[in-house]
Amino acid sequence: MDEIAPEYDVIVLGTGLTECILSGVLSVKGKKVLHIDRNDHYGGEAASVNLETLFKKYGNFQQGTEPWKAYGRPADWNIDLVPKLLMSSGELTNILVSTDVTRYLEFKQVAGSFVQQNSGSKATIAKVPSDAGEALRSPLMGIFEKRRMKSFIEWVGTFDANDAGTHKGLDLSKATMKEVYDKFGLEAGTRDFIGHAMALYLDDTYLDAPGKAPESIERIRLYGNSVARYGKSPYIYPLYGLGELPQGFARLSAIYGGTYMLNASVDEVLYDGGKATGIKATMGGIEPEMKFETKAKFILGDPSYFPSKVKVVGHVLKAICVLKHPLAGTGDADSAQLIIPQSQVGRKNDIYVACISSAHNVCPKGYYIAIVSTIAETSANHHLELQPGLDRLGKIEEQFLGPPIPLYEPLEDGTKDNVFISKSYDATSHFETTTDDVRDIYRRATGEELKVEGLREGLQVSEE
Amino acid sequence: MEANLSACPTYHAGAEPHPTSILDPRQQSPDNEKPAAPTSSHPQLQAHNDHTMAEAPKPSSSVKLVLLGEAAVGKSSLVLRFVNNDFQENKEPTIGGETLTWHATAAAFLTQKCNLPTRTIKFEIWDTAGQERFASLAPMYYRNAQAALVVYDLTKPTSLVKAKHWVAELQRQASPGIVIALVGNKLDLTNESGDADSEGADGDESGDARKISTEEAQAYAEEESLLFFETSAKTGHNVSEVFTAIANAIPETSLKSTRGPGAANAVSRGGDEQRVNLNGPREAAKEGCAC
Ligand SMILES: Cc1cc2nc3c(=O)[nH]c(=O)nc-3n(C[C@@H](O)[C@H](O)[C@H](O)COP(=O)(O)OP(=O)(O)OC[C@H]3O[C@@H](n4cnc5c(N)ncnc54)[C@H](O)[C@@H]3O)c2cc1C
Ligand SMILES: Nc1nc2c(ncn2[C@@H]2O[C@H](COP(=O)(O)OP(=O)(O)OP(=O)(O)O)[C@@H](O)[C@H]2O)c(=O)[nH]1
Ligand SMILES: [Mg+2]
Repeated sequence: MDEIAPEYDVIVLGTGLTECILSGVLSVKGKKVLHIDRNDHYGGEAASVNLETLFKKYGNFQQGTEPWKAYGRPADWNIDLVPKLLMSSGELTNILVSTDVTRYLEFKQVAGSFVQQNSGSKATIAKVPSDAGEALRSPLMGIFEKRRMKSFIEWVGTFDANDAGTHKGLDLSKATMKEVYDKFGLEAGTRDFIGHAMALYLDDTYLDAPGKAPESIERIRLYGNSVARYGKSPYIYPLYGLGELPQGFARLSAIYGGTYMLNASVDEVLYDGGKATGIKATMGGIEPEMKFETKAKFILGDPSYFPSKVKVVGHVLKAICVLKHPLAGTGDADSAQLIIPQSQVGRKNDIYVACISSAHNVCPKGYYIAIVSTIAETSANHHLELQPGLDRLGKIEEQFLGPPIPLYEPLEDGTKDNVFISKSYDATSHFETTTDDVRDIYRRATGEELKVEGLREGLQVSEE
Repeated sequence: MEANLSACPTYHAGAEPHPTSILDPRQQSPDNEKPAAPTSSHPQLQAHNDHTMAEAPKPSSSVKLVLLGEAAVGKSSLVLRFVNNDFQENKEPTIGGETLTWHATAAAFLTQKCNLPTRTIKFEIWDTAGQERFASLAPMYYRNAQAALVVYDLTKPTSLVKAKHWVAELQRQASPGIVIALVGNKLDLTNESGDADSEGADGDESGDARKISTEEAQAYAEEESLLFFETSAKTGHNVSEVFTAIANAIPETSLKSTRGPGAANAVSRGGDEQRVNLNGPREAAKEGCAC
């Protein structure tokens, strides 16, 4: 076995996506990184697992039986633990391209983005319109509303935060999004799918927040630009599952000298005068296990490595379901995102259904994986909260529903103790909040803004 | 066999020319990737992907080839010899009084073409980048690899043990049809180094440094149905032969319609029009696959 250096610039704990992006970027920037995970696999909470692992994780089978054997080779399954998709014009895509991690991965479009109107037996599912033309054809709106929606979408396209002439006479430093909708006379149902299926807000608090309208418009634009990029939906997805993403960034880090160690548990974080200075750890999985101690200028990690330094900010409910058919109402799409806005089903938080299939090499042919998720609003009967989403799935072959998943955030920003902790993967359907967290941690830890554009070229130039 | 003869005095860790992925930006803009090195003091593996395009009308396919083997057996050196026809003597860095071989001498992602009579094979060569050091290689590394070079140092018995471990690992983790070549490297350190001109160059006074007999390794290779070669990255002996043999051993069927990582053994080959090129210009992207 190799030796661990006595000192690193950075020790990173956990190989979730946030940690792997940071590790990769820091290594490219010339920092000496030691990257550790207590698990024997990459990805932490952002891993993709096979069906056997999933059954064992949820324990929903009779001792002595092997239900996964009915579903082909376990290795053909790559089931995400976190249901998310990438916005094709989003920040994660930008980081992937700037770091060239795209070369290890292959992406496919998600075939459709849908929204539900009404509930129960009256529930209908329709494609989310992304441009003025689609708005005019959409069954989501009546004839007059279509025109209002068209002029709203066109306005979003021309909106310029710095040009008051495009602000429709509103003072956008104070205006709320509700006032913007009022200006266009949009109906409640239209506001619902704009805010929830395009701006991708999880609840309605954005409506009344003063000065937040430009942010909402930006989010609607991101949606529109992402659809415009490839055509079918704003989402893309990596073949073999989201777990490929942390692996790709880990490889980037390793190529630039990062040292990787799975199966290593942190026995103690060492402090000096309140500041973290290093770790004591044990690498298992080998005989004999290897104990070591090493120093670092700062430590990054996911919440699970620092239970006393994080707080719970909410709970996500999630049901992973195996189907043998596509989602009804999606035109047999091999993959889809369906958003059920909260108000349509009498909730405060939206319900998301993400569905992918063998087209993305996450399961054998003929199968579909649908993940229903939402933010918990009650303390019991969680399956009832997910029910409107489960109702959309038809016959479910297998369902994996665990206890509510706590969402953690760090108590402090890390500048006092040199420990910079990431947030849990939240309930949003995409990675925009994850990349916000990456930027935020990078700024806190290094005192600089993270600029990924030209990251590798920059180095190459300075090399010459 | 096309060898790129451009002089390349240094290794560039982190240098990775691109595979023929549809995500490959260079298919849109043929800017040659300049290799980047973490620090100037490090051994560097220069990556050249500016191989002159042989305008042969022969069918051409990409093959992902992964390297495996104990530290310092010469994995990166073999690739450097194959791709650039170059060799680097060890700098033997002394760090804190210890002599270390630097694990990031990764020929992290090189491409090289191999011209066969009926077809051209473009190897996308993945080096481990040191992640195997602490048993932390990612499944992504094996994913859809169609060929593997498992290297040992024939002067170092432990390295064959390690090679056997990697063969077992490949048989467990990699695609079922993977072509594996077992390569005993550093043949120049033995008495029968193969190349007349290198004989007596080194190791003649010190005698034969060989610790693993050809018979022993060959018997094991036959048992496991592996291709087997003894090579010297230093003299170049047998190096191109290894790659040519691998190219020939890859079944024609598994070459059909290969495109990009993951293509070869994709569970489902349908829906290709949904593949996207993240690096492509946004307008062009709407037309779908860029290849
Ligand atoms: C030929 C050669 C072989 C090496 N072999 C090893 C080895 O086997 N194991 C090892 O840990 N390091 C190796 N290194 C890198 C090594 O020399 C480090 O600089 C060393 O660990 C000293 O660390 P430091 O903290 O004292 O120096 P620092 O002043 O912290 O580092 C000097 C510079 O090297 C960079 N650096 C340090 N380590 C690495 C690395 N592993 N990859 C990329 N950049 C790095 C640092 O970012 C910094 O810019 C090698 C370097 C060379 C030139
Ligand atoms: N004599 C001799 N030395 C070789 C040969 N191949 C490689 N070496 C030397 O062996 C050392 C290790 O070579 P590398 O190519 O870095 O080995 P590696 O397997 O890539 O090592 P890691 O990347 O550290 O796992 C270097 O000093 C090379 O110069 C060979 O055929 N003959
Ligand atoms: Mg190497």
